[in-house]
Amino acid sequence: MTSDAILSVAGLDVFYGASKILFGVDLEVGRGRTLALLGRNGAGKSTTLKAIAGVAPPRKGNVRLGTSNLAGSRPDAIARAGIGYVPEDRQVFPMHSVEDNLAIGAKLGPQGQDFWKLETVYETFPILARMKERRAGLLSGGEQQMLTIARTLMGNPEVLLLDEPSEGLAPIIVQAIADLIRKLRSMGVTIVLAEQNMHFCLGISEDAAVIDKGHIVYRDTIQGLKANTEVTKRYLAL
Amino acid sequence: MLEIDALATCLSTPACLVNQTTSGLIIGMLLFLVASGVTLIFGVLHVINFAHGSFYMLGAYFAFTVYQLTGNYFLAAAAGAVGAAIAGIVFERLIISRVYGQNVLMQLLVCYAFILIVDDAVKIVWGAEYLAMGIPAEFRLPPYRIAGGFVPPFYLFLVAMAVIIGLGSLYVVTKTRFGKIVRAAAHNASMVSALGIRVPIYFALLFALGCALAGVAGALAAPVRSLTPGMGLGILVESFIVTVIGGMGSIPGAFLAAIILGLTRSIGSVGFPLFVDGAMFMMMALVLIFRPTGLLGQGTLR
Repeated sequence: MTSDAILSVAGLDVFYGASKILFGVDLEVGRGRTLALLGRNGAGKSTTLKAIAGVAPPRKGNVRLGTSNLAGSRPDAIARAGIGYVPEDRQVFPMHSVEDNLAIGAKLGPQGQDFWKLETVYETFPILARMKERRAGLLSGGEQQMLTIARTLMGNPEVLLLDEPSEGLAPIIVQAIADLIRKLRSMGVTIVLAEQNMHFCLGISEDAAVIDKGHIVYRDTIQGLKANTEVTKRYLAL
Repeated sequence: MLEIDALATCLSTPACLVNQTTSGLIIGMLLFLVASGVTLIFGVLHVINFAHGSFYMLGAYFAFTVYQLTGNYFLAAAAGAVGAAIAGIVFERLIISRVYGQNVLMQLLVCYAFILIVDDAVKIVWGAEYLAMGIPAEFRLPPYRIAGGFVPPFYLFLVAMAVIIGLGSLYVVTKTRFGKIVRAAAHNASMVSALGIRVPIYFALLFALGCALAGVAGALAAPVRSLTPGMGLGILVESFIVTVIGGMGSIPGAFLAAIILGLTRSIGSVGFPLFVDGAMFMMMALVLIFRPTGLLGQGTLR
């Protein structure tokens, strides 16, 4: 997998003020693959994604997309380089319509990719097409989650970072989000999925990494992780 | 203090009514342009541009000089807007962006320093004495007579320009991609930036738009007001009153409040000449007591 990694993260250290949150985090994601980054609440999943996206700039380490090192760049430069970040708390623009939210995210990909535009997004997310005039602040939690994912896709990223997309949503909506991520995967989108819930990731991702107290403690396929009850008990059991 | 008789006479005389309304609209429209810049900048950047009057003054002086050089008022007005916009970008990038999100006293101090520097710079370049542009050649036409009152053609032009520019800025803010991005960034700049947008450039451009509005107001005021270093201060105070009454962040609110204030000034100068300023501040106080978000304000730019 090393040779065809599209995103590789090496030795990432992140501090919030004086406290160290990430300790030398290493991750590799193959092109077109989905990596589940699993861990308990506070283990460092969100911070890892934020560090990759430049929202929480790392103090040390590399973030390579293709050949360029993005660590230390501003979030907007990292987004233009092809990393699309979907935050866990959704952060739709509540006073803008659904369509305006999407329009704000619109840009070409780093190689001029233009697959994702309003038509393709509406085809993939029919629920957003029905609500395109509605103010984003009036959508349900699940609809807002769809909108944030779609808004980031509008920027034609090469890698999509999804931070706990199932958090706080009703089971039936969680199912819809899982179906959507599977659909994106089948379309060839490379995804890093931060999640607490391994079962949510089972049918979605191929690869898994487990993070605990800011250290990556385990790396395998998701099926391998599922079979390793010692690791799942120690790091993931609630 | 109250000149009830004079007020009643004027309100019942069409000619006087037309004259006072016209001059009220002139005051109101200049206030509207300046205040809509204040309100735009506050609505998006959450910073009160205490130096906004300086861009009004610069707009007037730029227009004065270009009119002297070319004799073309339209060119002069454009120069006022563009010159103020460029000065605004420099001020935003070099000075005010460094105090975004900081204590308002720090912002006030920085703006006040800028006001003093620009006032002195104007004294050095244009001199400390009053300058008068006079009504531009294009508008030296006999006044229109409406119901016995006199309405100079330039006044009509001024009001029309202010309305067109006001509608134009409303369109830019609500309908264009620029406006959508800027409003989203007002709400959540870090998310907009995570979508790949260079937020600081958008903020600088918005600041420039606000300053261009002040600059064009200065250029429109140049033919009807005298130019003097420090001329920005008076209109700054009044445009803050307009912004507070209309509602921070609301362009339609600024329009409504500016007309109310303009008419209060012009009709008040007949009816209660000693209490015109008092009446304006009283209105502001009443709005702050009974409707603190202003007549049409919602607290932030939406």
